Amino acid sequence: MIRRLLERLFAPLDMAIMVPMLLLLGCGLMVLYSAAGEDADKVIDQLRNLAVAIIAMWIIALIPTQYLLQVAAPIYVIGILLLLGVALFGEVSHGARRWLHIGVGRIQPSELMKIAMPLMLAWYFHRRESSLRFWDFLIAAVILAVPVLLIVKQPDLGTALLIAASGFYVLFLAGLSLRLLLGLGVLVGASLPLAWSVMHDYQRQRILTLLDPAQDPLGAGYHTIQSTIALGSGGLSGKGWMNGTQTHLDFLPERTTDFIFAVYGEEFGLVGNLILLILYFALIVRGMMIAYGAGNLFGRLVAGALTLTLFTYAFVNMGMVSGILPVVGVPLPFVSYGGTALVTILISLGILMGIQSQKKLVPT
Amino acid sequence: MAGTAFSDQQVQLSNFRLRIWFCIIVILVMLGILASRFYFLQVIQHDHFHTLAENNRMSIVPVVPNRGLILDRAGLVMANNFSAYTLEINPSKVDDLDETIDRLSAIVDITPRDRKRFKKLREDSHRFEILPIKSRLTEVEVARFAANRFRFPGVDINARLFRNYPQGVSASHVVGYIGRINDKDLEKLEADEKLPNYRGSNHLGKIGLEESFEDELHGRTGFEQVEIDAGGRAIRSLSREEPVAGNNLILSLDLKLQQIAEKAFGQYRGALVAIDPKTGDVLASVSQPGFDPNYFVDGIDQVHWDAYNNSVDKPLNNRALRGVYPPGSTIKPFMALAGLYYGKRSPATTIFDPGYFTLSGSSHQYRCWKSGGHGAVDLKKSVVISCDTYYYGLANELGIDRMHEFLSKFGFGQLTGIDVKDEVSGNLPSKEWKKRRFKQVWYPGETVISGIGQGYTLVTPMQLAHATAIIAGNGISIRPHFVKAIQNSQTGEIKSIDFPKEQPFPFKAEDLALVRDAMVAVTQPGGTAARAAAGAPYAFGGKTGTAQVKSMKQGEKYNEKTVEERYRDHALFIAYAPANDPTIAIGMIVENGGHGGSTAAPIARQVLDYHLLGKIPAAQIEEAKVEEEHD
Repeated sequence: MIRRLLERLFAPLDMAIMVPMLLLLGCGLMVLYSAAGEDADKVIDQLRNLAVAIIAMWIIALIPTQYLLQVAAPIYVIGILLLLGVALFGEVSHGARRWLHIGVGRIQPSELMKIAMPLMLAWYFHRRESSLRFWDFLIAAVILAVPVLLIVKQPDLGTALLIAASGFYVLFLAGLSLRLLLGLGVLVGASLPLAWSVMHDYQRQRILTLLDPAQDPLGAGYHTIQSTIALGSGGLSGKGWMNGTQTHLDFLPERTTDFIFAVYGEEFGLVGNLILLILYFALIVRGMMIAYGAGNLFGRLVAGALTLTLFTYAFVNMGMVSGILPVVGVPLPFVSYGGTALVTILISLGILMGIQSQKKLVPT
Repeated sequence: MAGTAFSDQQVQLSNFRLRIWFCIIVILVMLGILASRFYFLQVIQHDHFHTLAENNRMSIVPVVPNRGLILDRAGLVMANNFSAYTLEINPSKVDDLDETIDRLSAIVDITPRDRKRFKKLREDSHRFEILPIKSRLTEVEVARFAANRFRFPGVDINARLFRNYPQGVSASHVVGYIGRINDKDLEKLEADEKLPNYRGSNHLGKIGLEESFEDELHGRTGFEQVEIDAGGRAIRSLSREEPVAGNNLILSLDLKLQQIAEKAFGQYRGALVAIDPKTGDVLASVSQPGFDPNYFVDGIDQVHWDAYNNSVDKPLNNRALRGVYPPGSTIKPFMALAGLYYGKRSPATTIFDPGYFTLSGSSHQYRCWKSGGHGAVDLKKSVVISCDTYYYGLANELGIDRMHEFLSKFGFGQLTGIDVKDEVSGNLPSKEWKKRRFKQVWYPGETVISGIGQGYTLVTPMQLAHATAIIAGNGISIRPHFVKAIQNSQTGEIKSIDFPKEQPFPFKAEDLALVRDAMVAVTQPGGTAARAAAGAPYAFGGKTGTAQVKSMKQGEKYNEKTVEERYRDHALFIAYAPANDPTIAIGMIVENGGHGGSTAAPIARQVLDYHLLGKIPAAQIEEAKVEEEHD
C-alpha cells in the first residue's frame, strides 16, 4: 500500500531530466560558493530556494495534464490583470515598474507570464486543433502581444523579448506557415529602425555598447569587458575552483547572479564550459523528445515551447557573458543565484515531467 | 469529414515532429556558436586575456571632472572649487575605529564635531568605502601624519577638490549647495542612467542652482586604465580619457545689489525679488534670514543642522520662491486693470467711500482701512490712497471667476517657471477651485475680501515681482531666470539663454498708462509710500500692502514678546523704476513689518538707489568702515 503510494509519488520524476538537472544545480552551488567569496550564507540561502523549487516541481509533475489544460486560460488572465496592476500601481525600482505589492510581499508578474504564455497559447491551439484556420494565428498573435507590450512598457525589454520568444515557439510548433514566418522576418527587419526610435536611451546604449564595449568602459561596457577577461583568462582548463582572480579581486560585477557564468568559465575553463553545454543539451534533447512523443497537442506544444525557452535562457545568458549578445538581465538557468528564476525553471521542468508521465499512464 | 480531420491531424503531427527536429538542429548550431566563441576567448585569445588578468591586472579608475563655477552677472564668484588635503579612513580596513580616531587626534586636530560628522556620513552613505574624517589639513598636519602613516593602516591623506561658496550667507538660497551623495541620490542617479558618470564623484547638487543645473555643472567623468599590482596599487597608466569640466553658470543676479538688499532687511525676516522687466533677469532674490551653504558641503554637523532646522525663523526656507503670503493691497493695481478691462470702471468713475462696503441684502460692513472713509474716490485716487471700499465694490461687480481669469495673466496662482526647482504656485481662488478643494460653494463675501488681496489669495515674492515686471514692461511677460548664460568649460564660449517675450494678454496701452500713473503717484506726496520716496532724484511707481497674520504657530505662546512681534502684520511693497522706462521691478515682503509704506518701501528705496544711482546706503558704509577698522 505504502509502496504503491511511494511508487506513484516518484513515478513522474523523469531520470533523463533529473540527472542533468541535478548536475547543473550542483555546478551552480559549487560556483556560487566561489563567486560569493567563499561565503556559505549565500549557498545556504540558495539551497533553501532550491528546496522550495524542487517541491514546486514535484507537485506540478504530479498534476495531470488535463488539469493544466483547464487552468491555462485563468492563469493567463490573472497574469494579464497583475501586469495591468503593475502598470497602474507598480513599485518603481531602478527606473522600471516591475514589482507589485500584494499584502505580505511583492511579486514580479512578468515571471508568472514566462509559464502562463506557453500554457495559454498551447491551450488555444489545442482547442482549435481540428478546425485550425489562418486567423487562429492572428488571435494567437494578439494573445502573445498584449502581455509582451505591457512588459515592454515597464520597461523590461529583455524579459519581454524572452516571453515573446516563448509564445513564438508555440506558434512555430503549432504549424505557423513558413511563408508567413519569412514575411514576419522581413517585417521585423523593417521595423528595427522604428524599434530604435521608441527605445529608451539606456536600451540604445546597451546595443551600442554591445557593438563596442570599449566605448563605455565605466558604464554598460564594463560588465562585458570584465566578463570576457574572466572567461578568456580561464583558458583551456581554468584556474581551478575558488582561484579565479577576476572574481576574487572584485573586478566582476553581479558575479553571483547574471554573470556567474564568467566565474564558472574562469575557474573551469573551456573544458568546464563544454561540459555545461553538454548538460544543457542533454536536458533540452530530453525535453524535445517529451514533446515529440506527447499524447496530445497541448502536451506537445507546452513541452516543446518550455524546452526551447529554457534553451533560450541559457543561450542568451552565456552569449551575453561571452560578449556576443547585449547585456539583458537574464539569469543562467540552474546556476545563477536567486529564488524566483529557479522556481520558474523547475516548475517548467515539472510540467515536462507531468506530460511525460501522463503519456506513460494513458497510452494513446 | 472525420477522416479528413484525422488525416489533418496526422499531417499536423508529422509537421510538428519535423519542426522538433529542425529545432534540435538549430539548437546544435547555436551551441556550436557558443562553443566556438568559448574556444576563441579561452584558447585563441587566452594569452591576451591571461596577460590582462594575471600578470598585470587592469583597472579602470574614474577621473572626476572639475565642477563648473557659478558667477554673478559681473563675473563675481559665487561658487568655486579649491584643492585641499583630506584625511580619509577606510573603515573596512580599520579594526577599532574609535581607537584609531583617538590616536589620530593626537597628531591631527580632530574636533568632536568632526567625529559626529564622520559618524553621520557612515550612516548616510553605504556606497563609499573611504570617508573623510577631516578636510582642509594644514601643511603641518600633513607632514605630521606622513611621518606617522605606518601606524595607521586604512588611513590616508588625499588631495581632493572642495566646493566653496565665497559669499557665504549671501544669496545662499539661490546658489544652494552640493552635498555628499547618499543612498537616495544613488537610486535616482541609477534610475536616470547617470550612475556611470558619477563613478568617483562624491558630491552632487542638493538644492538651489547647484541642484537644478547639476547636469551642466557636473561635467563628464574621465577614466584612466591603469595596471595594478596584486595589492591593488596603480603601477602604470595605460590610457587616459580626460574628464570634461562642468560648465560655468553666469547668473543674471547682481551680487552687489543682492547684498545691499540683504543688509537693508536688517533683523527683519522677509523676501525681496528684483527683476529686469526688459529681460526677465532676476537681479536680486533675497530670503532673510539665510544660511551658510559651506556647512553643507561635507555633511553638516548636528549642531549647525539643529540650529538651522529648529529655528523659528526657518532660515533654510527660500521665502522668495516658497514663501506664500496674502498680497494685501499690492493686488490693487492689478484689480484696477481688471476693472478697466472688463468695463466695470472708467478713469472717471467715482464712488463714494463712507468707510465701509456692504453687500446688498446684508448688513455686514466690510471696513476700509480708514474709518470714516475717503469720500469721493476715482480709480487713480483708489490706488494712491489704497482705498479698500473701492475694491470691495469692484471685486463684487467683477465676480471671483473673472478676477481669477484676469489675475492669472499676471502669473498669479501659477509657477513662474523660474530655473530653480521647488518653486510653489501660491493660490488664486475661483469657484471651481473652492469646490475642488473644500467641496463648498463660493460666498460673495469671499469675493469682496479677495478684492483687497485677503482671503484665499496667496502669492510668492517671486510672483509679485514677476507680475510687477509685466506692468513695468508694458504687458510683456518674460520667464524670470537666475541663469542668463552658460560658459562652456572647454572653449570658454559664452552662450546666452534665449527667453522669449510673451504677450499674455491684450492690455490696453491707455489702461496700463493710467495704472502706472497712479502707481507713480503712490510715491509722491499724498501717496502711501511718499515718505520712503522722499528726495529720490528719479520718479518711480509703487504700491504698498499689508497682510494680516492670523494664525500663530505652536510653541510661540510661551514668549509674550515673540508672540506679539509675530502677530504683527506683514508689510508688502511692489515697485518699478524709473517711472518712464523701468529697468527694475520689485516685489517684496517684510514679515511682521507692520505697514508696507513704513518698513518695506524704505528697503526697496535702498535697492532702487543702488540700482539707478550706484548709491550705497549710509548705514552700510558705516558698517563697512567699522569692519575695516576691526581688520
